[in-house]
Amino acid sequence: MPRPGDPWVAPTTADNKIMSKLKDLEDYREEINQCVKCGACRAHCPVFGAEKHEGRVARGKVALAGAVLDGEIGLEAKVLEDLSQCLLCGSCCAQCPNKVPTEEIVAAARRRIAEEKGLSSFGKGVAAVLGRPKLMDLLAKTGGALSNLLFKKVPENSGLRLRFPAPYIDADRTLPPIVAKPFRERVPEVIEGKPGMPTVAFFTGCGINYMYPAIGEAFLKALKFLGVTVIIPKDQACCGLPAVSAGAAKTVEDLAALNLAALTRRPVDYVVTACASCNAGIGKIYADLGDDYQALAAKTMDIFVFLVKQGLAEKLAALPKAANRTKVTYHDPCHLRTRGITKEPRRILQALPQVEFVEMTGAGTCCGLGGTYSVYHYDTSKQIGAKKAANIAASGAELVATDCPGCIMQLQDSINHAGGKAQAVHLLELLVAALPSEK
Amino acid sequence: MLDSRIIDQLRQIVGKDQVSTEKADLICYSYDATQQKFLPDVVVHPQTSEQISRIMRLANTEKVPVFPRGAGSGFTGGSLPTKGGIVLTTERMDKILEIDEENLVAVVQPGVVTEQFQLAVEKVGLFYPPDPASLKFSTLGGNVAECAGGPRCVKYGVTKDYILGLEVVTPTGDIITTGGPTMKGVVGYDLTKLLCGSEGTLGIVTRIVIKLLPLPEAKKTMLVLFGSIDGAARAVSAIVRNKIIPTTLEFMDGRTLDCVKQATGLQVPDAARAVLIIEVDGDREFLDKQARKIADIIQPLGVVETRIAETPEESEALWQIRRSVSASLRKVNPDKYNEDICVPRSKVPEMIRKVDEISDRYGIPIVNFGHAGDGNIHVNIMIDKKIPGEQEKAEKAIKEVFEGALALGGTMSGEHGIGIAKAPYIPLEITPETALYMKTLKKALDPNNILNPGKIFLD
Repeated sequence: MPRPGDPWVAPTTADNKIMSKLKDLEDYREEINQCVKCGACRAHCPVFGAEKHEGRVARGKVALAGAVLDGEIGLEAKVLEDLSQCLLCGSCCAQCPNKVPTEEIVAAARRRIAEEKGLSSFGKGVAAVLGRPKLMDLLAKTGGALSNLLFKKVPENSGLRLRFPAPYIDADRTLPPIVAKPFRERVPEVIEGKPGMPTVAFFTGCGINYMYPAIGEAFLKALKFLGVTVIIPKDQACCGLPAVSAGAAKTVEDLAALNLAALTRRPVDYVVTACASCNAGIGKIYADLGDDYQALAAKTMDIFVFLVKQGLAEKLAALPKAANRTKVTYHDPCHLRTRGITKEPRRILQALPQVEFVEMTGAGTCCGLGGTYSVYHYDTSKQIGAKKAANIAASGAELVATDCPGCIMQLQDSINHAGGKAQAVHLLELLVAALPSEK
Repeated sequence: MLDSRIIDQLRQIVGKDQVSTEKADLICYSYDATQQKFLPDVVVHPQTSEQISRIMRLANTEKVPVFPRGAGSGFTGGSLPTKGGIVLTTERMDKILEIDEENLVAVVQPGVVTEQFQLAVEKVGLFYPPDPASLKFSTLGGNVAECAGGPRCVKYGVTKDYILGLEVVTPTGDIITTGGPTMKGVVGYDLTKLLCGSEGTLGIVTRIVIKLLPLPEAKKTMLVLFGSIDGAARAVSAIVRNKIIPTTLEFMDGRTLDCVKQATGLQVPDAARAVLIIEVDGDREFLDKQARKIADIIQPLGVVETRIAETPEESEALWQIRRSVSASLRKVNPDKYNEDICVPRSKVPEMIRKVDEISDRYGIPIVNFGHAGDGNIHVNIMIDKKIPGEQEKAEKAIKEVFEGALALGGTMSGEHGIGIAKAPYIPLEITPETALYMKTLKKALDPNNILNPGKIFLD
């Protein structure tokens, strides 16, 4: 019986023994050797902070990955457990004197595990997509219990399904409802802007499509304000990041191929995301898959980077400030922070006339979701989230804005567990509230 | 492999979840920052002094070595389980037990991370000065065991200067206390000072009573570029001669500066061949005056440029230059020996010249930076171990560096300790009589040689 904390069970044939373009653990030998065991990661790893065990920190995981490569230890249960205890948040690498990419090493180790041991149960969920390449499979009309909601309404190839397989969800967890009509079914595929303005493809990701369509609508409103032409390809798929986390290499590549086709059918200047994880999925992970993918990755841009580039921060800053402003703080999603995107969202936030921006302590530490991590290690995930909730409360902010649906979900869950009053929102929702209403 | 009977007894003492013989866990507790690796037989996470006492008694009965460990961030192998046996980690004894604002004293468990403690006392306007480079992750227990230093020690002293008392489990399993929360105390031998820096060979620290200071109101940072290391060293002497003791007086030699320039694109004039980072702390109005006075004192000594930080952000940017040193060194060569000799501060330029000469003679890059204010020089011997013969050359160079430091009235190690890394060199500095005195102590307190055996002195 699979159970939380014991994810590496139930071998499956899918994803086994395939030649992947994604890097093998062996390809990271040099990076593994770059770890000088100084221990700096102990100060920054959110999982270590909660667990206080060397096997849970980057240094330990890198040592284990090295020992696996050297044949000193096999893929035994304890090794798999330690390697599953990683949020892939990249906090360690950001502070590592030698910039050892532990999150990439752990992901490669998980692919190795999937190859040798078969996929975990959530990995199997991903693998289901192989037999069903068609997107927007079906959506049930009504829901009931949470498990039914998740299983009936979300297509099998959605990353959400991988994140929240029903038997693992705790009853006390706050999750947004799955919407009856997904975002991409509500909007036309092409929304023409003004001549001379750029054309962008909107990569929605699963979070916006199935749980937070309001973020998608805010996205469109902001770009309409600027006169940007937006294409929302109906056949885009999950970015594949949950499959990266699960070690399901073949699925990552299949999803990447679907998205490459969907996002390059029409010429666009940029592929814009409003989800940090999707941004890292397409913008970073795909880059290893070949030239076409590299070109796609190079075009991928976070919404706030795009908006700042279009001069929106100045336009907002020129608006008269509201008399009664709302205190808002910002949470850095790991998948933007590790890619150096921290200033642009703050520039927009600070420019908003109705907002009084306050920086919180530890804005850049992981919220504790880690995608699939929170499903299998919800207790640790909650402990990490509790620190975040305390920092939000200490900042005095009424709202915590961020740029990732996954973080919003975890932040709200953490605030609720702590009995806090703050509300987690997407920065786009605050932004469009400041824009002049349409005539 | 330990007898399963011993493992069972350990489980009875600390609980099943706090004992592991899994290979994965043994690997994770096999290393420290020396990058050497020794697998223990078992890893134990005790939570109380009583548990540690029972573990020590068991270890004596069964003649199993015990290796205490904090964060495993030491540079000399002090926590390495060189003979297998038990790794006893205090990382889960991580509570701050008391911060007494009336008496300026705090009581902590050994697993508290140094920076976490500093932040906690700073919240109530108090100050714990020792600041080893590892302060974000090293533990106070480890700091006491190694008598950790840091940049601020120029003005404020090292770890032992702040430890008023300890609770310690002895090598044979007794629980003793030394010192106490009073500023004065002369009853019996000063065991607190003896245990500070004893590298976990004489006892396991289980509770620490710490002296605190009022938190200085502000600090001011300046970066001064010199045309030569001599100028920088004369500046250090001149500042001290003028009765100013800055909080920190960090230096980087020309080779270090080259590494940083190459790695970070730092813009400095080509004439700059040494750097001093000077920080003063105290009342706000007094700092500007003091910074100006320092600038005036050192101006005639070959200053190429002086940058004074006006804001905390600018100060942070100056410190970032110092912090980028370690990573930038890797561009020189992949492997490094990081030695931490200490000489009288007036001898720093002479020592640097000596190191440069050794570097040239062996044909291996050696870069120097560190705490000029107290003469504590970090000598980094950069090699590529993959090249045959490099390691042997490095070891010969290290010996000459130590001999050089000793000839100038200095010491082999200012703050990293001896562990196993420097144990072979100890006869260079300590006479046989002094060594015998120390070994006699160890033998009397640990007759079975159970606690951290083979450290400081080779068996």
